[in-house]
Amino acid sequence: MAAPRIFAALAVTLLAPALSAGASEFGDVERGAEYWKQCRTCHRIGPNASNKVGPNLNFIFGRPFGAAEGYRYSKAMLAAGEAGRVWDLDQLDAYITDPRDFLKGTKMTFKGIQNPQERADVLAWLRENSDNPQNIPEAAPTAIGTDHSVDPAILAIVGDPEYGEYLSSECLTCHRADGEMEGIPSVTGWPEEDFVIAMHAYKDKVREHPVMQMMAGRLSNDEIASLATYFRALGE
Amino acid sequence: MKLNRRHFIGSSAAATAALAAPTVWGDNHGKPRVVVIGGGAGGATVARYLAKDSKGGIEVTLVEPSRKYYTCFFSNLYIAGFRDLASIGHSYGTLASDYGINVIHEFAIGIDRDTKRVTLSSGSVLPYDRLVLAPGIDFVDGAMPGWDVTAQNAMPHAYKGGSQTELLKRQIEAMPEGGLFCMIAPPNPFRCPPGPYERISMIAHKLSEVNPTAKILIADPKEKYSKQALFEEGWQAHYAGMIDRLGPDFGGGNVRVNPRDMTVDIDGEVNKVDVCNVIPAQKAGRVCEMAGVTEGNWAPVVPATMQSRVDENIHVLGDATNQGDMPKSGFAANSQAKVAAMAIRGALTGSKVFPAKFTNTCWSLISTDNGVKVGATYEATEEKIAKVDGFISQTGEDAELRKATFEESVGWYSGITTDMFG
Ligand SMILES: Cc1cc2nc3c(=O)[nH]c(=O)nc-3n(C[C@H](O)[C@H](O)[C@H](O)COP(=O)(O)OP(=O)(O)OC[C@H]3O[C@@H](n4cnc5c(N)ncnc54)[C@H](O)[C@@H]3O)c2cc1C
Ligand code: HEC
Ligand code: HEC
Repeated sequence: MAAPRIFAALAVTLLAPALSAGASEFGDVERGAEYWKQCRTCHRIGPNASNKVGPNLNFIFGRPFGAAEGYRYSKAMLAAGEAGRVWDLDQLDAYITDPRDFLKGTKMTFKGIQNPQERADVLAWLRENSDNPQNIPEAAPTAIGTDHSVDPAILAIVGDPEYGEYLSSECLTCHRADGEMEGIPSVTGWPEEDFVIAMHAYKDKVREHPVMQMMAGRLSNDEIASLATYFRALGE
Repeated sequence: MKLNRRHFIGSSAAATAALAAPTVWGDNHGKPRVVVIGGGAGGATVARYLAKDSKGGIEVTLVEPSRKYYTCFFSNLYIAGFRDLASIGHSYGTLASDYGINVIHEFAIGIDRDTKRVTLSSGSVLPYDRLVLAPGIDFVDGAMPGWDVTAQNAMPHAYKGGSQTELLKRQIEAMPEGGLFCMIAPPNPFRCPPGPYERISMIAHKLSEVNPTAKILIADPKEKYSKQALFEEGWQAHYAGMIDRLGPDFGGGNVRVNPRDMTVDIDGEVNKVDVCNVIPAQKAGRVCEMAGVTEGNWAPVVPATMQSRVDENIHVLGDATNQGDMPKSGFAANSQAKVAAMAIRGALTGSKVFPAKFTNTCWSLISTDNGVKVGATYEATEEKIAKVDGFISQTGEDAELRKATFEESVGWYSGITTDMFG
């Protein structure tokens, strides 16, 4: 828990002149660090930040839509990028208010943040850090916030893809195998570790959702690993 | 996924032949044969999974009279105008072209269990190593006094997809101003426990828009029904004063209909109605009786494999079964189909068999963007498919959660229909 504090302190100092100009407009970077944890389930920032479930967000202010290298975007995001759209404060604010309302067909399954102050706070944090990703230590702690902590021994389990295939049939009634989505997120092609963490977050009831808590609740650690292996391969 | 038949005949079929030696197939070629009767939630899924997972090692034939399958799920949304008919119709093209399934559009009219042969309406005969029966429901003859299937144009059931649903929608739209819609709800057990009540919600939604002084009357032989508190809360909030339900205490189980005069007699009181939706008592699709695998109205099955308790070469899926705790739903039929496909593949090709798992979730729409759900997981015991764990939406949930629940149901519809038809 120490690391985020450090970023926050750093950020406040850097932003200090801007803040005096209009703190409420920009939001509070320190509070934003707390809200960022929600985004961090899927996004990374920092030197060499990798693409996870979502693309890395380095230099996102002024970056064209759908431009993170090596990330597989939705058709909708790519089309917006081709149309020349570029992320600015207003568009980011609208996107995180209700992603699918802002961009129909986006695959960001994030329920959105209704409270304008919270959005301002998280965007203040995002501006500060995405513009200065080098200030973020690469080995950012992996287990903060909704990044549910999972025993490394569990993460190390190697799944059986054949078993994963059978188990997955139960998931495919809701999650489409081809990765298309409409109201239920795609889980095809996810990095194994993110998949395992998400499933354990439901299993341990850290992440809310009655259907997924029930589904994950009766899966063993081995079964979750097998599913992770199968779904990752399904994306290839 | 594309199957290349030539490729598979060369590779896996030889291995399969050795493993499944005792069966009597092989009079014309070397692959084990599975015939599936009924191309709905259970049948389409089992055919697709058998073809996909055996990678061409099993010859799969799907017998289904209709060229297009109109889902009952989301048919209530169609009645309300939230969906059009085309969006709930699905064809069998991909199952044939991409999965190599032999799709035959005919009725199965006879089953000889001794010689393991199915006779079709054209007279042709299909031999099988394993037979899967997934014919859905039929109605119990004489269960609703005054009604039989010849009356289904005057008083539709709309409990099988397609033309019946269209007819009911047209009749509701043509109701006179301030007219009376009546539903005769079925006794347990029946297809889709929340189905009639979701239908009431959707009809009330439609009428509030086009005919707000119309009334809805439900005659119901059951004390209680699925998601009752959620429906009653929603009806109060959105359709106050429009819906009246007569349970068994008020004679809701003592009903006679007269399709010619369009009257309904409830406990001796005769009501003139404008539209009457009769949902009669149900039983397994008739072909199960023909096969001799029913006990009472339904076909009992072995939970771990979905095999008939009467004949181990026959598997029964979905609404037609008597299996234990699962409701009769499309989700449940799809879930059972996967267990059956695994068991059949194991028996015919020697592939690995894992412990059976079952799931169900049923969503219902109460009003615009106001979805609720109930779901559970199940396991196979000797005696029945037994419930393990479950959840249900709560009364008083906020609008945002209800909207998310509705959106999920849209995702599920897209998921399950892709899982059935490829
Ligand atoms: C109004 C309504 C709403 C519903 N909503 C939901 C919902 O939201 N979620 C949900 O999960 N379920 C829902 N259901 C239930 C769902 O439709 C059924 O449970 C499901 O279709 C059962 O699948 P099945 O395979 O057993 O039968 P079906 O899907 O009915 O398929 C049976 C098929 O067999 C064919 N057949 C019958 N006899 C023969 C024969 N002799 N030869 C060849 N073919 C034959 C029929 O033509 C049919 O296509 C709803 C049902 C209704 C009526
Ligand atoms: C559940 C996972 C998830 C969460 C949580 C999430 N995102 Fe995303 N995000 C995604 C995915 C997936 C995409 C890619 C969208 C697409 O291709 O349509 C994305 C895309 C984006 C983009 C566009 C990037 C680009 O390259 O065009 C931005 C900006 C963004 N997210 C910001 C956020 C912020 C800020 C938060 C937290 C408030 C957040 N996201 C939370 C998954 C998530
Ligand atoms: C009844 C429908 C249903 C079934 C069956 C189901 N899921 Fe889900 N799943 C959902 C929904 C809805 C969500 C979004 C939940 C949320 O908002 O947290 C979800 C979310 C997820 C997520 C997180 C996705 C994200 O974007 O963060 C994972 C991973 C997942 N499911 C895996 C599975 C696996 C593995 C199975 C099978 C064992 C499965 N699901 C079965 C409906 C389902």
